[in-house]
Amino acid sequence: MLDGRGAIRRRAGARLWLSGGWLLLLVTVALFAPLVAPQDPLAQDLMSGRLPPFWSAQAEPGFWLGTDSLGRDVLSRVIWGARVALTVACIAGPLTALIGGALGLIAGFYRGWADRIISRLVDIWMAFPPVLFSILLIAVLGTGLTSIILAIVVIDWTRFARVVRAEAMNQGAMDYVAAAQVAGFSRLRTMTAEILPNVLPTLVALLSLEMGISVIVEAILSFVNLSLSTDAPTWGGMIAEGRTSIHQAWWVLAFPLVALFLTVLSFSQFGEGLKDRFDPVLR
Amino acid sequence: MSALLDIRNLSVALKGGPRLLRSVSLAVAAGEVRGLVGESGAGKSMIGKALLGILPRSVEVVDGQILLDGDDLLRLPPAERRRRIGQRAALIPQDPLTALNPAHRVGPQITDRLVDILRWPRARAEARALDLLAEVHIPDPGRVMKSYPHELSGGMRQRVLIASAFAAEPALIVADEPTTALDVTVQKQILRLIAEMQARHHTALLFVTHDLGVVSKVCQNLSVLYAGKVVEDTTVRDFFRAPGHPYSAALLAATPKYTDPDGSLTPVPEAVIAAVRAEVEAAETEWQHGRR
Amino acid sequence: MDDARPLIEVENLRLSLPDLAGKPLIGPAPKLEILKGLSFAIPRGAVLGIVGGSGSGKSTLGRALIRLLEPSGGAIRFDGQDITHLPEADLRPLRRRMQMIFQDPLSSLNPRRRVGGIIAGPLRLHGFDAIDRRVDAALDHVGLPRSFRGRYPHELSGGQRQRVGIARAIALRPDFILADEIVSGLDVSSQAQVLNLLEGLVADLGLTLAFISHDLSVIRRLCRNVLVLHRGEIAEHAPTAQVFAAPRAAYTRELLDAIPLPDPDQPWA
Ligand SMILES: Nc1ncnc2c1ncn2[C@@H]1O[C@H](COP(=O)(O)OP(=O)(O)OP(=O)(O)O)[C@@H](O)[C@H]1O
Ligand SMILES: Nc1ncnc2c1ncn2[C@@H]1O[C@H](COP(=O)(O)OP(=O)(O)OP(=O)(O)O)[C@@H](O)[C@H]1O
Ligand SMILES: [Mg+2]
Ligand SMILES: [Mg+2]
Repeated sequence: MLDGRGAIRRRAGARLWLSGGWLLLLVTVALFAPLVAPQDPLAQDLMSGRLPPFWSAQAEPGFWLGTDSLGRDVLSRVIWGARVALTVACIAGPLTALIGGALGLIAGFYRGWADRIISRLVDIWMAFPPVLFSILLIAVLGTGLTSIILAIVVIDWTRFARVVRAEAMNQGAMDYVAAAQVAGFSRLRTMTAEILPNVLPTLVALLSLEMGISVIVEAILSFVNLSLSTDAPTWGGMIAEGRTSIHQAWWVLAFPLVALFLTVLSFSQFGEGLKDRFDPVLR
Repeated sequence: MSALLDIRNLSVALKGGPRLLRSVSLAVAAGEVRGLVGESGAGKSMIGKALLGILPRSVEVVDGQILLDGDDLLRLPPAERRRRIGQRAALIPQDPLTALNPAHRVGPQITDRLVDILRWPRARAEARALDLLAEVHIPDPGRVMKSYPHELSGGMRQRVLIASAFAAEPALIVADEPTTALDVTVQKQILRLIAEMQARHHTALLFVTHDLGVVSKVCQNLSVLYAGKVVEDTTVRDFFRAPGHPYSAALLAATPKYTDPDGSLTPVPEAVIAAVRAEVEAAETEWQHGRR
Repeated sequence: MDDARPLIEVENLRLSLPDLAGKPLIGPAPKLEILKGLSFAIPRGAVLGIVGGSGSGKSTLGRALIRLLEPSGGAIRFDGQDITHLPEADLRPLRRRMQMIFQDPLSSLNPRRRVGGIIAGPLRLHGFDAIDRRVDAALDHVGLPRSFRGRYPHELSGGQRQRVGIARAIALRPDFILADEIVSGLDVSSQAQVLNLLEGLVADLGLTLAFISHDLSVIRRLCRNVLVLHRGEIAEHAPTAQVFAAPRAAYTRELLDAIPLPDPDQPWA
């Protein structure tokens, strides 16, 4: 009350609600895209190309955020693009967290040879520049949603492995781990039931960040045309197209960019907010 | 004489819950060592935390003032308050292991504060850390600087924290049971160091302890806390000569002396506890009346 | 069961740990010998006090006795069984019987578990019945309100945490407890309660206790024998009364002299 922390708490709460709200909205429209999207995202109509957004005098009803140079509805494409973005985020993020987290936990808790192998693997992995690595991977795997997801997992697991390993090591130095051993708990049980809950907040924060990163990676790959088939609506693809007509129709670039920005921001804020709100130690 | 630290009617409560500190008032003048004793859970650490602005999130200050150098910390903007506290006060925390970061070597944990906040050159900070570790009787300080916290014994960790609190020569140190892990010979050395700091730099201490023997050697004044309420505020001399409150008297009587062959191990008598509890409850009711 | 045989026998115990501070850039860290050949025994139902300077190896000895650390030489026998190099899986059946109460209370409690779960976990593992009742009883024993079951460790005071650690260990009804500096963070009243509790367990249930403490008045009250450690070696191992009346080691003398008596007029050289 007097010490000003209430304000910080409220801000943390607002952060959680705002980011959560945006993500919820996005998930809903993505799930029900066929129902929600006002137009067919692929339908071209060269006669109504580059229509401006609804507030402009030249706007046409039904095309809320305008159309691109081929006359496709921008809003509908952003909505369908959300589908792709969220699919990638929701599969690639958790998968990366699972693999990297598990390896990091094992390395940090068991130490010894397990740690040596995993750490060496991480070192080797980190020697590759990630963008080059991903383009190389896509070249090998071929384009498509599965390839993107696979590329993200294969490249980004090291981030989780490194952070979780360090955190597990810190926790391992605490006496409550020794206490579990004295109680007679098995190593595996100690790792999963004692260490993991203490690493989880870090893992969740990292996961939400990773989901945002996945969205960006997907956008980048779409941008350089390595993602889905060219006309499928993706934010990255839209940004690439919008860039060419920025002077004639800025909205084609702006709306997917805003969606991308808000989504990435929301993912990271949501993770932090969750941690603040639900971690008993911080409460 | 105006006090360095003046806590007035400080009340701290669980959010929407009962008070943990009940209108606590205590003052520490520059160069004074004030002891703070009381049973486990009485709220001794909570006073230190409130003063340093590190209360747990579930706990809030509901009333009162904390004057440091005459300014009410609770009314300062948070950034300014943190700056003041960082420059003027330091804490020796109660939990030595958890207070040190397990991932970093000990040396930087002492010097970083000096370098980053007080802008000392790194070499000077390191020399200072080495000196202090030697002064708290840590053998081979150079090695300890390079060790990780889990490689140190309990008492060594505690001394690292003591050294770290002393490093910047703060005006006020909140020492929360700083010698629990120390053997008596090292404890004696630390207490001597405190006396020296006090004489040389006019350092003031709020000294939380359970050991009345220690109180009698380093403190000039004493506050006795029970269930978040100060039941006695007196000079150490008077406390040992004639405790002013039945609870203080019982506390003193219950203290074992190693010179007694069968050192008494009687808890504070039930009757005394009941009386002091009733006193606290009466004060609580009155306070709640006043609030309404 | 052979009652005449000490519960714990230690022979020429040596223990080294890697010294990370002295680690060269490449290659393994050099070893640092922390326990340098200790021999002693703790009879059943006895209380052994372990004192010694800070960093003398008390906690390390304790961790070796309950095999959190593996000795590098010598032997430890628990109830006649050689446990010196027993692998963790074979130690597990013995774990209920030997418990440790840790020196650092906060770090020995899992920050994301409630007090109730912390005490109940080991009970459940070892197949105890009536776990709720046992948890309550353990909390009563150490003088904590039962409502603390729902609290997290960081919501307790230092002394309250320490008592949770004590409750966790005694709830298992072990044969041997290693108590590492467990009363220094307690006020005299809680201290008396915990010590009386331990004495009761020793007298009634035949608990064997190794009690590490800096507080010589507590040692004097509780322990029949005292072992004085100095730099990883035994400086003195004798009946308590004798150590207090006529300390043989110079180091013991020094310890006794440094105790602050609760009296402001008492000179303290
Ligand atoms: N986060 C919290 N939530 C609820 N209660 C708390 C919290 N932190 C502390 N308490 C309670 O506040 C009271 C005061 O705690 P404090 O740590 O100040 O005690 P203390 O006097 O330092 O005791 P000790 O000597 O055992 O360290 C205790 O009863 C404790 O249980
Ligand atoms: N994991 C470790 N690696 C390296 N050295 C260690 C390790 N653990 C302890 N030591 C060293 O072993 C020595 C003895 O430590 P120990 O914790 O047994 O002391 P102690 O007698 O319990 O002291 P205190 O009373 O301060 O708790 C210390 O010098 C310490 O630095
Ligand atoms: Mg405390
Ligand atoms: Mg120790």
